[in-house]
Amino acid sequence: MKQHLLEARNLVAGYDGKIILDRVSLQIPSNQISVIMGANASGKSTLLKTLARLIRPVSGEVLLDGRSIHAIPTKQLARVIGLLPQSPVVPEGIKVVDLIGRGRYPHQSFFGAWSKQDEEAVAEAMEIMNITELADRHMDELSGGQRQRVWIGMVLAQQTDILLLDEPTTYLDITHQIEILDLLTDLNRKYGKTIVMVLHDINLSARYADYLFAMRQGRLVAEGKPSEVITSQLIQDVFGLDCVVVEDPVSGSPSVVPVGRHHVLHPVAGFAGVYTIEADKRTV
Amino acid sequence: MIPMNAQAIEVMRKVRIGRRRRWALVTAALAVLSLALCAAMLLLGNTFYPVRDVLAVLAGEEIQGATFAVRTVRLPRMLAGLLAGFAFGVAGYTFQTMLRNPLANPNVIGITSGSSAAAVFCIIVLQSNKAVTSIVAVIAGLLTAVLLYVLAQGRSFSIGRLILIGIGVQAMCNSLISYLLLIGGEHQIPAAVRWLTGSLNGVKMEEMTPLLLASLLLLPLMLALGRPLAMLELGEQAAAALGVPTDRVRVMLMIAAVVLSAIATSVTGPIASVALLAGPIANRLVGIGGSNLLPAGLVGAVLVMAADLVGQFAFPVKYPAGIVTAIIGAPYLLYLLVRMNRKGKF
Repeated sequence: MKQHLLEARNLVAGYDGKIILDRVSLQIPSNQISVIMGANASGKSTLLKTLARLIRPVSGEVLLDGRSIHAIPTKQLARVIGLLPQSPVVPEGIKVVDLIGRGRYPHQSFFGAWSKQDEEAVAEAMEIMNITELADRHMDELSGGQRQRVWIGMVLAQQTDILLLDEPTTYLDITHQIEILDLLTDLNRKYGKTIVMVLHDINLSARYADYLFAMRQGRLVAEGKPSEVITSQLIQDVFGLDCVVVEDPVSGSPSVVPVGRHHVLHPVAGFAGVYTIEADKRTV
Repeated sequence: MIPMNAQAIEVMRKVRIGRRRRWALVTAALAVLSLALCAAMLLLGNTFYPVRDVLAVLAGEEIQGATFAVRTVRLPRMLAGLLAGFAFGVAGYTFQTMLRNPLANPNVIGITSGSSAAAVFCIIVLQSNKAVTSIVAVIAGLLTAVLLYVLAQGRSFSIGRLILIGIGVQAMCNSLISYLLLIGGEHQIPAAVRWLTGSLNGVKMEEMTPLLLASLLLLPLMLALGRPLAMLELGEQAAAALGVPTDRVRVMLMIAAVVLSAIATSVTGPIASVALLAGPIANRLVGIGGSNLLPAGLVGAVLVMAADLVGQFAFPVKYPAGIVTAIIGAPYLLYLLVRMNRKGKF
């Protein structure tokens, strides 16, 4: 897998005339898994879409290997960067294999002749996502987890070195969340894909990310390896949440245990911070 | 890169080849059916002329009686049925696919009613001739489309808003039409009603020129955009991420579909339900997966020509094509509403 440099310089972007991203600069580490985390409306999804050229920045730019992505022909860019939006639309009545086949669009000529490479790319994507048996099925018949594997299969058939995913685990139960994240990790480890995703769950982010970007109110407030970045102070800054950071007994990555107003032992083991919630000050 | 499972390729080939074969088969069958209907429209009429005579007349020979019947009456009628039907089918399919809503078509979203209201105004108030009426109808249809698009744009383009505003515009146009019919003189009203029901009666060869030109220019463009159109079904973002220039494709298709159906409407009047029915029938016949733009156009042509033949010859009284298609279309519209209601799409 090739090395690519995807970077944002001083990005200011938003939509409907509202500015959401505020001077964001970053470099996506090549061949690693990055997770963008942040509270709702912190701009993480906007950042991902701007990196995928779905939103044209008001100022600043996104560069791929030193070239502005808006200067690269859109089909050519679609052969390097793939994006799975948060809620793509399933065309009514479509079959799994046809949906995955649509991922080949950027590789096909104007007339859309179907080549051997197209065939192999689709078969390979189905193999990797373990959905070959579903090829002939209609999307409407599948479960949420299966559908999500098909969608990722479509982006895989696109054969891009960089994969952007907007909350690929939303709407899935915990078992399938882990399944999807494991599959994405396989893609990274086996094929060296650069993966950037927005995730909601802090602990899964800390476990699966090689590198974290933390957003607050449209600004990038921290970045680095999870073990270096995740502290109770950062979680307080980013999410406004009191917490204790412990070691995940399974992965050894940092794990965030929230501290709420109720069900708190006294004193909280390991909680060195200061409660910021008014009502709680009394109880400490 | 990884050991390829031959089974995966096998399964995929089976599905894809099966669908391609079915597409080719259905499209070919529809093309043959269209040609047969074209032939029937040239051969059938008050007087029957032998095939040899009809061919001779088409080749330019003069045969007493046959020349007038075939070249002046039947040929323009057949061309109007073929091209307008194809245009309605293609435009309907384009709107339905692009807006991801089976209700979306030039009739339902009000463009046709803009044309109709303007045409009726020309006939009843201005008492203008057919050519002027046609031109005004085309322009009014285009203006209605622009108005709808601008209103639906709001802060960002919304499909739901477009359809709702279209239904509102349609209601306003229909009330205007009703008012005009009330105040119209007894000589104008039949002409207006004839325009409103949509029929192939009395189409003249010279009226066909704009539709012929528009078809030659716009149909290849639209057929070429069939694949990006199919990609738009995945949603704006997924399509754009796969390298589809979504805005450009959408604007080009909308303009082409609107111009084509406005010009077709100016020749035949609004032939009810064809734009609504053609796409779903084509999807049902071919199956979903690729672009069914061409089969949808053929279904449209078949519907209009068949409806015209049925209207002319199946009953003791002659009915315009628009009435026949309306009778087929109404139950389907109800079925669609019930089904969408059940799925909670409203």
